[in-house]
Amino acid sequence: MIRLDQVSKLYSGNARPALNSVTLEILKGEFVFLVGASGSGKSSFLRLVLKEENPSKGRIHVLGQDLGRLTSRKVPYFRRNLGVVFQDFRLLPQKTAFANVAFSLQVIGKSKGFIQEAVPDVLRMVGLAGKASRLPHELSGGEQQRVAIARAIVNRPAILLADEPTGNLDPSTSAGIMTLLERISTSGTTVIMATHDAGIVDQMQRRVIELVSGQVVRDEREGGYQTQGITLIKGFPE
Amino acid sequence: MRFGLIMSEVGSGLRRNVSMVISVILVTFISLTFVGAAILLQSQIGEMKGYWYDRAQVAVYFCTASSEIGNCDLVEATPEQKDLVEAQLASPALASLIDRYEFESHDQAYQRYQEQFSDNEFADFVTPEFLNEAYWVNLKDPTQSDALVESLSTLAGVEEVKDQRKYLDPIFSALNAASFTAISIAGLMLIAAVLLIATTIRLSAFSRRRELGIMRLVGASNRFIQTPFILEGVIAALVGSILAAGAVLAIVRYFVQGYLGSALESTTAVIGMTDALIVAPVLVALGVVLAAASAGVAINRYLKV
Repeated sequence: MIRLDQVSKLYSGNARPALNSVTLEILKGEFVFLVGASGSGKSSFLRLVLKEENPSKGRIHVLGQDLGRLTSRKVPYFRRNLGVVFQDFRLLPQKTAFANVAFSLQVIGKSKGFIQEAVPDVLRMVGLAGKASRLPHELSGGEQQRVAIARAIVNRPAILLADEPTGNLDPSTSAGIMTLLERISTSGTTVIMATHDAGIVDQMQRRVIELVSGQVVRDEREGGYQTQGITLIKGFPE
Repeated sequence: MRFGLIMSEVGSGLRRNVSMVISVILVTFISLTFVGAAILLQSQIGEMKGYWYDRAQVAVYFCTASSEIGNCDLVEATPEQKDLVEAQLASPALASLIDRYEFESHDQAYQRYQEQFSDNEFADFVTPEFLNEAYWVNLKDPTQSDALVESLSTLAGVEEVKDQRKYLDPIFSALNAASFTAISIAGLMLIAAVLLIATTIRLSAFSRRRELGIMRLVGASNRFIQTPFILEGVIAALVGSILAAGAVLAIVRYFVQGYLGSALESTTAVIGMTDALIVAPVLVALGVVLAAASAGVAINRYLKV
């Protein structure tokens, strides 16, 4: 589903690589936490998978496609298979919840009929059945994130990337969002979530990939947030 | 569905940037009007050249008893010398260049002089003997006058071989300078127009950067993202270039044909509406192509992967 071979990413003007020779594979339907301090390379990892950036070295395969060989004309069509959710929701403030979700279908040329059917469905699934006509500022943070998730999954993507989706939310609201993400995962979607939220990672007991200074220091099935001393053994500073 | 969506994006973009759009319209309008004026000036020069060159003749002036210029020595050209010139004109080398020629005697020259300068006080002092006898030669191709000048001006009894076209050259070079000035101003203003369109489109894209970000994220195709912005630039430039085309048509109709036409009467040919009707679509096409290109380049930056 997603495979990285010796992937490094260097930004110009910065001698230290954001990702340093990362090799890993994520399978279909997996739920993966990406943990690590700020600047450890989590966001770079997500941007590379989205092909918002190209790796300085190494190869990335996503959904059977070699991203290095993907022409810029084909990138938009590739992205239709991926959903993305951010910490800051990124909703369009002047559009209602319905219109925000519908917008992402309109711009990829879906028919009016499809939109009229798919959008209410997905809003019901994320628990916003009665709030389709609300504007973002009339919704709570958790509800706004649900709209964002609805927008990410309305086109039934194979992969959902979430960059600290609970970063702006309180613990109980976060728990609701996690339940939703878990439900999306069980329907077969691969979910990759970058997070700082130790409580959530510990509670979910899913695959955990830990990055330190751009290197994978831990890849654990059913892991917790804690590094459990592995970083000390490998000699990486905190 | 998608067409409606794109057009509503274009509409909202144009409304959001009204002042920039108006400046794009004005700058394209003025710059393209200059382009049109330059093109029309060139065709006016062509028109005048055609008109005058058809009428321009080469004159072979013979010596008079009062002339010391050229091969003259205060002696009237003899009939034998004139016959020699005519023989030259009829010779195969020159005859092929010549359309027709005619001889003008002292008296004919005097008559023409009196007609042309009837309101000039010097006309009274001039007598037929002062005026040169001459052959007036019409060439098939007016630019070939050098051959005639070369072969005839050395003959005895010939004062001067004069190509009348030479009198017109200063006028044409003045008109040429004017049209080059117009084209230079037009060029500078077109650069300004192109940069202004690019800036307008960047501004428009910046004010819609949230939408653009989401469109890219959910996989809207580049063409879908680009089209509204390019159309925005093209529509603004189209309005400007249609105004310029209208201005060019109005200039030809009311200034050139209306004012110049009646002021100059039939002394020279002026360009007509057919020229203007050729120039107008050229201006519109130029405006649209430039706008599409600069808007396309400007928006491309937002589509880079």
